[in-house]
This record gives sequence, structure tokens and C-alpha cells, in this order.
Amino acid sequence: MLGYLLRRMISLGLSLLVASALIFSVVELVPGDPASFMLGTGAQPETLAALRSQMGLDQPLPLRYARWLAAILQGDFGQSFTYKTPIAGMIAERMTVSLPLAVMALLLAAVIAFPVGLFAAARRGRIGDAAVMGGTQLGIALPNFWFAMLLVLLFSVRLRLLPAGGFPGWGQPVAALTALLLPAVALALPQAAILARVLRSALIETQGQDYIRTARAKGLSAAQTLRRHALRNAMVPVLTIMGMQFSFLLAGAIIIENVFYLPGLGRLIFQAISQRDLIVVQSAVLVLVAAVIAVTFLVDLAYAAVDPRLRRR
Amino acid sequence: MIETRDLAVTIGASRLLDHVDLRLAQGRITGLVGESGSGKSMTALAIMGLLPPHARVSGQVLLDGLNLLALPERAMCAVRGRRIGMIFQEPMTALNPLMRIGDQVAEVLRIHHRMDRQAALARARERLDRVGLAEPRFPLTLYPHELSGGQRQRVAIALAIAERPELLIADEPTTALDVTTQAQILTLLRGLVRDEEMGLLLITHDLAVVAGLADDVAVMRSGEIVEAGPTEALFRRRGHPYTRQLFAASRHVPARIAAGPGPGLDSRPPLLRIEDAARVFRLPGGRSLRAVDGVSLTIAHGESVGLVGESGCGKSTLTRAILGLDPLQAGSIRLNGMQVSAGNRMPHALRAQMQVVFQDPFGSFDPRWRVARLLCEPFHLTGRPPDWRARLDAALSEVGLSPEDAGKYIHEFSGGQRQRLAIARALIIRPALIVLDEAVSALDVRVRAQVLDLLVRLRRDHGLAYLFISHDLSVVRGIADRVLVMERGRIVEDGPAAQVIDAPQAEATRRLVAAMPRIPEGWIGPEQGEAASG
Repeated sequence: MLGYLLRRMISLGLSLLVASALIFSVVELVPGDPASFMLGTGAQPETLAALRSQMGLDQPLPLRYARWLAAILQGDFGQSFTYKTPIAGMIAERMTVSLPLAVMALLLAAVIAFPVGLFAAARRGRIGDAAVMGGTQLGIALPNFWFAMLLVLLFSVRLRLLPAGGFPGWGQPVAALTALLLPAVALALPQAAILARVLRSALIETQGQDYIRTARAKGLSAAQTLRRHALRNAMVPVLTIMGMQFSFLLAGAIIIENVFYLPGLGRLIFQAISQRDLIVVQSAVLVLVAAVIAVTFLVDLAYAAVDPRLRRR
Repeated sequence: MIETRDLAVTIGASRLLDHVDLRLAQGRITGLVGESGSGKSMTALAIMGLLPPHARVSGQVLLDGLNLLALPERAMCAVRGRRIGMIFQEPMTALNPLMRIGDQVAEVLRIHHRMDRQAALARARERLDRVGLAEPRFPLTLYPHELSGGQRQRVAIALAIAERPELLIADEPTTALDVTTQAQILTLLRGLVRDEEMGLLLITHDLAVVAGLADDVAVMRSGEIVEAGPTEALFRRRGHPYTRQLFAASRHVPARIAAGPGPGLDSRPPLLRIEDAARVFRLPGGRSLRAVDGVSLTIAHGESVGLVGESGCGKSTLTRAILGLDPLQAGSIRLNGMQVSAGNRMPHALRAQMQVVFQDPFGSFDPRWRVARLLCEPFHLTGRPPDWRARLDAALSEVGLSPEDAGKYIHEFSGGQRQRLAIARALIIRPALIVLDEAVSALDVRVRAQVLDLLVRLRRDHGLAYLFISHDLSVVRGIADRVLVMERGRIVEDGPAAQVIDAPQAEATRRLVAAMPRIPEGWIGPEQGEAASG
């Protein structure tokens, strides 16, 4: 068990290192460096050179990478070119919105998907299953911003129960949670549809296994067999998908953040790209990669928790 | 007391069971024999009420006068596992891989009674002890993957008998196990029937297993019971032609061919020479397992050699090394004087001299390829000859199929036909050696007899050498000139087939021979020479 985790940690640490080098060099290779962007097109070459040397941009690439990495390991992501504020603080602030939003959306998706997937698998080939398959197909096909608009129309405009947008900050916890509720639902619906379908097909495959027949011969009903034996065995593909969904939700909520006017990570990245604030883009992407790798590790842990055969490796 | 009366099952338009009448009394063992597709398992599932959802069933299954077919599903759940238990063929997959064995046994007790977990686990302990999995070697906390096939089948038995059912249905319980494990499991089942006053319905294709164990036998063909009665009387009488065919096929020995000049007399150097081969696996905790431990052997041109041993003795590992699929840690394997090495370093010309036929006729073909492409695949080793079409037709004809079959897909063939195709695939590039890895173990007795005859004929016509790996000594005896017995990675006995089997020297061989199920000689009577037909 310990060996398995250790090996996974080492391999994930290495992927993080490779990813950081890749992110760094890609941004470096893009034509037009930050200095020229900051000074605009009409800048004097001497001024440009002075600024470059001041920013350390004239140093050799590997050295700059090493410095950049060392600083990041101490929590210093540098300063945003446009806002002149520390990037670490900006990302941390946005994370207080994006992270809870992603967690809420994923939990909601799971809460919807598990009963639906179990229901469909238990009624495989019957009308209930067909209804679920049709409904989830629609859920995947319809974009989440469309759900977002419907939700706003219903809960904000008509029923006046929930705010239509904005984020009051965590100083007011209840208001903050309420503000995240509709966006989380809008994000969760398509993910729930995907997850329900994955769970259904994993359950159906598991139900064909010999140990399910053994369980039936023990005297368990079909429903008991599904819950007690099939579900856990079907968890590996479901966990894989959930890990991918969480990573997507963390940064992929940009449209929803715009619809609900939320100060999330997606909007920060979008603004930074349009303002050519490359150092912010670089840092945000690195944070996202780190988050994905951390989630992958958690999923690996979950695999081992589910399947005793993995613990011995 | 369980009785089926006029039991019939249909799925769609096909009638899978018809007029099945069985009487299964407590304390008695009833054997149900027949070939695959004859309806044996379907009968068991009908009794258990576990038929596929679209199956239609009629007749009666009476448990002490109560018709189980008329019971609602809820009431049937209370019968399954409590009054009728069942075990299945494949112990490797019959247990939930994510659940401890103690919990799997305890679950049976807890779904049928209000019982707390501790009490259920205590009972589970007692039941696991009864099937021979005692503490401290087999704690309740083990997972299935920590057990061997035979041990897993014991767990499956423990959970099937946890509630002391009146009837245990065992569907091919030992088919996936080697002979010595089979003998142990059969002894366990016999003991349980005696001690617990339980009835046993033993489903098997192996007449010898039934002969040694069952009080009564029913012979099934195409969904009907063609003959039934007390075992000895039925075996002696063999009233129905189908019973006679099965009987003859199960004892079938292919006509022997003159085995060339015999080993040592052939002036050529041996076809295969293995010297001091060792295959070592590293285990967790720094230990190592010598799966193949200093094996030396030779196979002459045109010689047929059997390799037998219990599961885990190293015969599969050795086979993989011979085929150049796994590397050796020490020693050498030479085929026609050329070094066999694993992976891409092995030249195509060398690989082309050696082909293999595996056990599973269902898993060893790509379902999306047509037969022509499947059979011609080995040509990538030699280059496709200009007369490939003629060679494909010849290969198909030689194994008893028709050249028209080249355009079909694999799902259009039966298990026996697929095994013929596997042999045709091995033959098409005219190798010197064919490795047959349990190649007839998955086949019904009549089909097996035909395939064995085919192998003998092909060997005669092409001067092939065989390495025939099997756990079934009676089959090896029929096809091999010489038998090697393997135990814990070593060859412990090597000699002419008849001598090894009739006068075994090594302890491992004696164990294998003793465990071999046999039909008593006295029951066989005058019809010995009967040919396997059909």
C-alpha cells in the first residue's frame, strides 16, 4: 500500500515538474515579451532594453526557469503586469470562489447521478431506463449556460428566491453560499448526466459478472445485489470520470462565471489573456495543473480504498 | 426433497428444456451429465429461479410439495441460499473481489436471519473451518485474490452451505481445477452430503467424476433427460445410444502411430533442447519464486511429449519461455539449434518453426476478422507465399472444415470448430513444433475425441512434434509418447507415457495418478472397442 502511494506520488511530482517546464517555455516562446507589451509599440529600444534587464528578461532561459520555480516554491508568483499586485494573492482570492463552486457542483452532480444511474441499471431495457437515457442525453447536449439562464429566470426573476448574480464575499457566509447555488446547479446538470450514464453502464457490465450470480444464489434480491455487490465494483470508472469532472469544473466554469458575474478563476484567466498579462496566465495554468495532479492523486487513493487488490502493489 | 416435474424452458422460439423430471433426495448425490448446451445448467437455474428474464418456464419444481415456480420473487429469495445453495464452475470469478471472505459467508446468514455481524462472522468461521479453511492460515479478513482457485471454490462452498440447505447444486464445480484439487473438492462435497444430510445435484460433463461420486445419474441431451437411474446400473447398462457415445468418447484413445525411430534413434539432433532453464519472479518483501527451476529436457523431431503437473507447478511459465514470450534468468532453450530469446530479438524464421494452440477457443480469435485473415496471420513471419490461397484451403480441409468457411467470422463456429481453426492457424506455416496448452480441456468429450484423432493424423502426415500440456493424465496418455511431470518448477519424472501413468515413481506423479477420476473397470463391459461417433 505504502509503496503504491509512494510510487504514485513520485510519478505525479515528476509530471508536475515537466508541466511547469512546458508552461514556462511555451509562454516564453510566444512572440512579444511582457516588456514590449507594457511599453506599447512606440517604445524606444533603449527603454525596452532597460526594462527587460530590470525584469530579468535578458537572462538565459534555464536560469529564468530555475528562478521562477524557486520563487513559486516559496509562494511568490511574481507581480501582475497590468494590476501591479502579487499574483499569488489574486489567484488565492479567485480560488475562494472557484474551489467551493467546483466542490458544490461535483457533489450535486454525484447526488443526482447515483440514484439515477442505479435506477436505470436496475430497470435496464425497460421504460424507466429509456427515460433516463433520453433525459441524460439531453442533459449532455444542452450547454450549461442555457440551464443557467433557465434557473435565473425561474428562481431569480419569477420566484425571487435566489440572487441572479454577483458574489458578496465569504464575510457573509449564507449570502455567499446562496450566490453559488444556482451556478453550481447549472454546472452540475450536464456533469450529472455524464456521470449517471457512466455509472449505469459500469453497473450493467458488473451485473454480468459471476459474483453477481453468486450473490443472487445466496438469496439476495436483484436490488440488494446491485447495491451491495455491483455498486462498489462499478466505482473505478465512476471515480475516474469524477476526477476529470472536478478538474474541468475548477477552470471550465468561465461561461457560468460570466453569466452569474462571479469573480472566479476562469474569468481571471480570460481577462489575463485578453490583456496579455502572460505571467498571470502562466501562474494560473500552473496552479490548475497542480490541482489536477492533486485530484489525480486523490482518485488513486480512492481506487486503493475501493479495491484491495491495488493495495498490495 | 426436491422434485422437478415436466420442467420445460423456452427462450424465444427455442425449447431449451423439455420434460425434465428429476428427484433429488436429501443425503443422496445425483449426477447430471451431458455436453455443453444440453441444458444441464439451465435445469439448475430453473430450480434456483435464476433463469434469464426473457425465459419462459413451465412444469413444476417441488420443494417438499411447494411449487417454487409459482412463488413470488420475494419468497424465492428466502429459499435461495437458505434451502437450496449453489456453486458454479469458475471459482476465480465467483467471489466478490472487493469483499473479505468472512463477510461474504456471513452475508448469507445475515440476509436470512436477524443476526448481528459478530455472530454471523462466528458462524462463518465455523463454516470455513468445515470446508478446510481453518485459522490461522485462513483468517476471515482475507480477500479472494489472496487465495488459489481450489481455496476460492472452498469459500464458495462455505457460503453455499452456510445455511445448511437441503439441496446443494454444484455446476461443474471442479472443471476449472487441476486433478488433485478436484479430488479434494469432491471428497469435501461427499463428506458434506454425508454429515449434513444434504442432497447434491452434481452437474458435470465428466463421466468419471460421476462414476466415483454419484448415487444416481441422469443423462441429458438437447434439453431432455434420455436416461436416468442408479449410477452403477446405468453405467453397466448404457441403454440409450447417446449414453453409449458419451461413454465411448470419454474413454477414447486415438489410434497410436509408430513414433518414428524413437528418441535417441533419430540421428538428427533434438528439435528442442532446454538446458538448466530458470525463471525467477521477485515477490514483495525481497523474496523470490523460482517458477521454473533448473529444467532440462529435449523433444526429438516428430515426437509427442506430454507435460503434466498441478496448477502452479510452473508448466505455463515454462511454456511461455519456450514460446519466447518471457525471458529466462538462467539456462538456454534451443529450437533446431537456434537460441530462443524473448521479445523482438527472436528472429521470425525461428518463431515460424513453433506455433501454439491455447485452451480457450473463444478468447483466442479476433471477433472482427474473417477466418481467412485469422488463419493467414502467421504468414507475417514467413512472408505470404504465392500459393497462400491453396494453403489456406488445404489447412481448412485438413482440420475437417471447408474452404468456404474462410469468409466467415469466428462467432459462426462452435467451440470444437474453433479449436480446429486454431490448429489450422498453427499448421499453415508448417512449423516443426506445435505447443498445445490445455488445447482440449475446454471441449466436450465427443468433440475432444475427434480433435485428438485429428492431432494424431496431422502429426503422422506432417511429421510434427507436439508439446502437449495438460492436467488430464488420461488425455496425455492417449496422445503423448513420453510424459514429463513437473512439480515446484522442476521435472520430477520423465518416461514413456504408459510407464509413467501405470507405474509412477515420483511422489507428485503418484498423487496425480491417484487423483485421476476413473470409471471402475468392472463397469466397462464388452463394448470397449466402440468408436466415438457423432
